[in-house]
Amino acid sequence: MTAPAAKKQYDVIVVGSGAAGGQTAYTLSMEGVKVLMLEAGRNYVPEQETPMFQTPDQAPLRGASTPEKDFGFYDATIDGGWTVPGEPYVQSTSDPHGRFAWWRSRMLGGRTNHWGRISLRNGPYDFKPRTRDGLGMDWPISYEDVAPYYDKVERLIGVYGTSEGLENTPNSSPGCLLPPPAPLISDYLVQQRARRLGIPIVPGHRAVLTQQLDFKRSPALLHPGNPKAQKIIAAHMQQRAACIWATDCGRGCSIRANYQSTTVHLPPALATGNLDIVCNAMVSHVVLGKNGLAKGVKYVDKTSGAERQVSARVIVLAASACETARILLNSKSASFPNGLANSSGKVGRYIMDTVGADLSGQIPLLESLPPQNEDGASGHAFYAPWWGYQDQQKGKLGFARGYHIEFGGGRRMPGAGTLHGIERFTGGSYGKKLKEDARRYYGSFVGFAGRGEMIPNENSYCEIDPVVKDKWGIPVLRFHWKWSEHETRQAAHMQKTFADIVQAMGGCVMGKVQSDGAEAIAPGGFIIHEVGGAIMGADRRTSVTNEWCQTWDVKNLFLTDGAVFVSNADKNPTLTIMALAWRSADHIAGRMRRKEL
Amino acid sequence: MTDRRTTIKWMLSVAASMPLLRERAWGQEVTAWPAVRGYGGDPDLTKLYRPGDVWPLTLSPAQRRTATALCNVVLPDDGRSPAAASVGVVDFIDEWVSAPYPRQIKDRPIVLEGLAWMDAEALLRFEKYFAELDESQQHAICDDICYEPKAAPKFVRAAAFFARYRDLSVGAYYSTPTGWKDIGYIGNVPLTKFEGPPADLLQKLGLGPQDPPKGT
Repeated sequence: MTAPAAKKQYDVIVVGSGAAGGQTAYTLSMEGVKVLMLEAGRNYVPEQETPMFQTPDQAPLRGASTPEKDFGFYDATIDGGWTVPGEPYVQSTSDPHGRFAWWRSRMLGGRTNHWGRISLRNGPYDFKPRTRDGLGMDWPISYEDVAPYYDKVERLIGVYGTSEGLENTPNSSPGCLLPPPAPLISDYLVQQRARRLGIPIVPGHRAVLTQQLDFKRSPALLHPGNPKAQKIIAAHMQQRAACIWATDCGRGCSIRANYQSTTVHLPPALATGNLDIVCNAMVSHVVLGKNGLAKGVKYVDKTSGAERQVSARVIVLAASACETARILLNSKSASFPNGLANSSGKVGRYIMDTVGADLSGQIPLLESLPPQNEDGASGHAFYAPWWGYQDQQKGKLGFARGYHIEFGGGRRMPGAGTLHGIERFTGGSYGKKLKEDARRYYGSFVGFAGRGEMIPNENSYCEIDPVVKDKWGIPVLRFHWKWSEHETRQAAHMQKTFADIVQAMGGCVMGKVQSDGAEAIAPGGFIIHEVGGAIMGADRRTSVTNEWCQTWDVKNLFLTDGAVFVSNADKNPTLTIMALAWRSADHIAGRMRRKEL
Repeated sequence: MTDRRTTIKWMLSVAASMPLLRERAWGQEVTAWPAVRGYGGDPDLTKLYRPGDVWPLTLSPAQRRTATALCNVVLPDDGRSPAAASVGVVDFIDEWVSAPYPRQIKDRPIVLEGLAWMDAEALLRFEKYFAELDESQQHAICDDICYEPKAAPKFVRAAAFFARYRDLSVGAYYSTPTGWKDIGYIGNVPLTKFEGPPADLLQKLGLGPQDPPKGT
């Protein structure tokens, strides 16, 4: 993983090492393609660096979050968060509703090291939203095109859950899913009471190994006719341990029991001998050859500050939606004065995040329960898939797209913020009474978070700022953001729904139930599900890539991350990113074999 | 070094009336605070950190004395678990108000001025520092400021401090192994199986596995 390794000739350069880059490099290297991966951050070794059992009292500030560790001290993110020193981005307005917050991390494996591991499939409606309600745009592919790749990804990374046959909430093929973990008491209570309101509560889907992967059967299904790949992945599946029901997945996992690119995609890809990785390689732009093909990429070697160029037959950008758009927009040439592969003018357009709103409640039924270990699979044993498709079809809800509910309660590991604000229940107790109250109230809170679909719009996009550059001299992004009423009304609906559930549980809502959706909705970028910026489509005049993530303008340039998303369903995007990356990488490998690339 | 008696006299003489003394306590200059760096974006997560390891602690001995007394009033030894200061709550408070991050910088004057107010109030009412008061005297002051919504107007600001200090103390206390044990957190141990809640408890609560929802 050093710079000299980058001197070889490669078939494909993959920029980025997260869900998209990891999957792309995995698929290609298993197919015998020589791959060079460039990662802007440092090397990261989860087996050695993960704070598995470290406790808050061993951390600065009891592990509380700070701007240097936005999700708390033990969060796996390295050199990242909503701000990265020396790597600014710019807002187009000071209006707080018009801003976008961009989470990045600078480490091998990217954001897969800390993500929530929630792995939901898009459903059939989600690929054809315009056909269904006249808004947004349709994808050039349908659920059926992606379904086999969802199966493959689930088998490879390990996803627990069940197939419930609910509307637009697809079943997995038999054998793809691992059994769901046991729910907590609070999960059962939410399930019982929410169902009285007509809200389905079913097992969640997360990339956590509730048991060892099926290393006997899956390899042949993942890599048919490829004994070398089968052998490698069978060995790696056996090296991954099942969950030990402790420590937050956000810290990463040294025993490889959940999915992160660094423990699941990259080790077997490296074992093929077909993958080289160069870290601390901050890509600035794609170099266009005289023949109109992408020749290679330029990057800054962050350890020396030197600019380097590497070349390959095919270039894949998988740098995360906005970073991929940034690289394209910064790749200017005589033939592409507005950025590479941007003849449509759509690069940077249609950035979408997820609609988010949350509310929590204090539940007397859960007070003073006997202590028990409720670490479980660290959340999301159950969730509520969207239940309002029919009401929306009838125009009853005032917003066009759905949301799912994530929730969690129980006796979680107490940290710096535990029982903060307890006075609102205790009337300000202190002393021995406060200690009694702490025992009574700990574990009696349940939090609800809505995660909903945002419809792409013309006012949410990024472009290159004409002035500001990062510390590597690379021009930075400027963001524009606007929610439509479809999103703000949905956020208000979330608030009311959560309050109704808390009430149905006999509980007391914490804080204000926000009826103004514009106030209830989390700012753009806060849910960290940003996609779009180089959408795929069936028409080269209105999209950046075709259905294979291949740019219309430059045939050996592919974008395999969330940039190509045409819609951003309520389903968390990572599983779909991986499914599309696998599909694209299969396509690339096939065309390389046929000498078409 | 000024002896304590002199200090009390000085404080009482410069503030002839209680309201004036209260104002001075709130408006006092906070101790000069060194420009320090945080742990950066890539700290070693597997290392054991103690308050003071990453940035220097800044509370004076007098401030620590008051902080100790106050957190022990907030979370005393109740025969079941020890008092707050014995599990490092004061070190945590010191680390917190000395930290170079926005939230902590915002808390710093609240805590420092609040601690000064506690002593000023103790001196006015009992002619002793807060740490020297007996339990009933300490409670007499805390009862006036322990719940902001019901605090008299002249105590509202002190009550806001008390609420913050209680939150910081509670978070610090219950995030220790001692606090975990007291509150009933028994996780963070590897298990080969996770069984979920015991059946009898579920039954008692009228909960349990439900019929699956109707498929389409």
